[in-house]
Amino acid sequence: MMNGSRVTRVVATPAALGAILELTRERGPVIFFQSGGCCDGSLPMCFEEGEFKIGDHDVLLGNVGGCAFYIDHRQFEAWKHTQLILDVGAGEPEGFSIGAGRDRHFVIRSRVFDAGELEALDQSAP
Amino acid sequence: MTDVIEKVVDTEKQTPKDAVFAAPGEPDSFVSLKPRYQNFIGGKWVPPVRGEYMQDISPVTGKPFCEVARSTAEDVELALDAAHAARQAWGETSLTERAAVLNKIADVIEANLKMLAVAESWENGKPVRETLAADIPLSVDHFRYFAGATRSLEGRTTEIDKDTVAYHFHEPLGVVGQIIPFNFPLLMAAWKIAPALAAGNCTVVKPASPTPWSILKLAELLEDVVPPGVINIITGPGAEIGKALASSPRIAKIGFTGETTTGRLIMQYAAENLIPSTVELGGKSPNIFFADVMAKDDAFLNKAVEGLVLYAFNKGEVCTCPSRALIEESIYDEFMERCLARIEKITQGNPLDPTTMLGAQVSIQQMEKIASYVEIGRLEGAECLIGGEATHLDGELEGGYYYRPTVLKGHNKMRVFQEEIFGPVLAVTTFKDEAQAVEIANDTLYGLGAGVWTRDGNLAYRMGRAVQAGRVWTNCYHLYPAGAAFGGYKISGVGRENHQMMLEHYSQTKNLLVSYSDQALGFF
Repeated sequence: MMNGSRVTRVVATPAALGAILELTRERGPVIFFQSGGCCDGSLPMCFEEGEFKIGDHDVLLGNVGGCAFYIDHRQFEAWKHTQLILDVGAGEPEGFSIGAGRDRHFVIRSRVFDAGELEALDQSAP
Repeated sequence: MTDVIEKVVDTEKQTPKDAVFAAPGEPDSFVSLKPRYQNFIGGKWVPPVRGEYMQDISPVTGKPFCEVARSTAEDVELALDAAHAARQAWGETSLTERAAVLNKIADVIEANLKMLAVAESWENGKPVRETLAADIPLSVDHFRYFAGATRSLEGRTTEIDKDTVAYHFHEPLGVVGQIIPFNFPLLMAAWKIAPALAAGNCTVVKPASPTPWSILKLAELLEDVVPPGVINIITGPGAEIGKALASSPRIAKIGFTGETTTGRLIMQYAAENLIPSTVELGGKSPNIFFADVMAKDDAFLNKAVEGLVLYAFNKGEVCTCPSRALIEESIYDEFMERCLARIEKITQGNPLDPTTMLGAQVSIQQMEKIASYVEIGRLEGAECLIGGEATHLDGELEGGYYYRPTVLKGHNKMRVFQEEIFGPVLAVTTFKDEAQAVEIANDTLYGLGAGVWTRDGNLAYRMGRAVQAGRVWTNCYHLYPAGAAFGGYKISGVGRENHQMMLEHYSQTKNLLVSYSDQALGFF
């Protein structure tokens, strides 16, 4: 899950990277925004770059497959002890998100950072 | 009306008590089923412009049961054309007639209660005992409430001075867009459509992608009840038609229930068009149990135990699911023992069986999400007190989406305490005193609902005022009567539903400022 020795807050599985590659080839650059709340909340939303207005207080968690991955700053506070793993699941997206290929949607899996990783993250923002 | 009466008669089939309802399309079912459904536009069934369809899957079996239109932006335009064509006449329709139409909608839903309850259960996976007792009757009452509310709403008149009067009229906004969630496909549609129509607007409705069909079954009943173009329904993917509708310069308001990111996107589109929006975005509702609930072994204690177990209502797919139980430390062991015993008695199975208490999650996507949350809960050190895995059922139900009622014990900083799981998963923790109860309850991004349980009225009042949530159920939970305002604090949304004040959300205020004096101002 590490990028060299650097700890990253968000990573992607090969399936997600493959879907991103295909998406960007087809539609140009996309971004991800981690959602929360009702219905299909907790899913990562994928939008064409420029579609969703990133706010001054949103947190850039990192890059996956060359695409920026953001989260709301309040949600970041509640989630920051876990690493987000972008993956692909069965079924079309249920909200306004772009799918991850035919009958597939992006999902988030999570892993709890250990103490050493948290310390490393504390020294680099966000 | 003849058609309606025939449809009413059609649903008067006899079913033995507790018999499993036949699935839609089966010969003895209350619900007829066509292989394919079109959009409902201008009172007619209109095929999608590009001729594409998508499968609708029943979570009961995991199998497709019909096709619905996979609409595109062109279909949104057709629906908007129809709504705009109907706008003026509906806006000028007298309150008497408008209320009569709303009451007729209520009557036809009521007369087809079993049909709609079975359709809703089949498409969403919720137990039919819930749709029969809650979803459909509440939808009926909602239309009746707004039929009455709009007639009792009065404009205000102010005497500015002896000769100057300010008159205030409510005028319709025109054509509105409304995006419905999958958890209560018919009831949430009623919550949105009833006030919009009552205030004199026409609507274009987009049902949720996993549940596009039950509302089309409702539309079949409304063909002869609602004037053409007043209600239009288009089905399809959110990224395509949800966006086309919400960003259209041809709507005067957008209403949405769903998750926070789409909520922001909806408000962004509304900002681009300078129109209002109402967004309801979910929660992580605390359900707080004080020690005195255990003071007696009586009916109230029984009610409080049920109050905790209500997290499993509608399989936890409720924006206000009481998914965080906060229990006073001194009663935790004994109270939880009773609750777990009650949870063990939850029967899970075919949602069309009236004895089933827990049905199927709406989609495979939701199943996956629930499993990933229970996993992260375990990784964070939460203790699984019951459940924690999918349920495997046999036969027809083998491919359905069933998850066991689950309780995770942990602390409020865990992700399972911070995010809406939208499944039958309860996160439980303890508190030492009133101050800590308030602190934990409010340590969340959300503020939609909350529950407070105590025999002490003063404590209940203090807690109700201290918890930052739009609704605090006090010694009850999961009641949704028309007339009780519903909406969120914090990031749970903007605006309220379910109350006469909705009519204001769906109206313009017209002020006529009239001078009854012949005297010039004297400036020029």
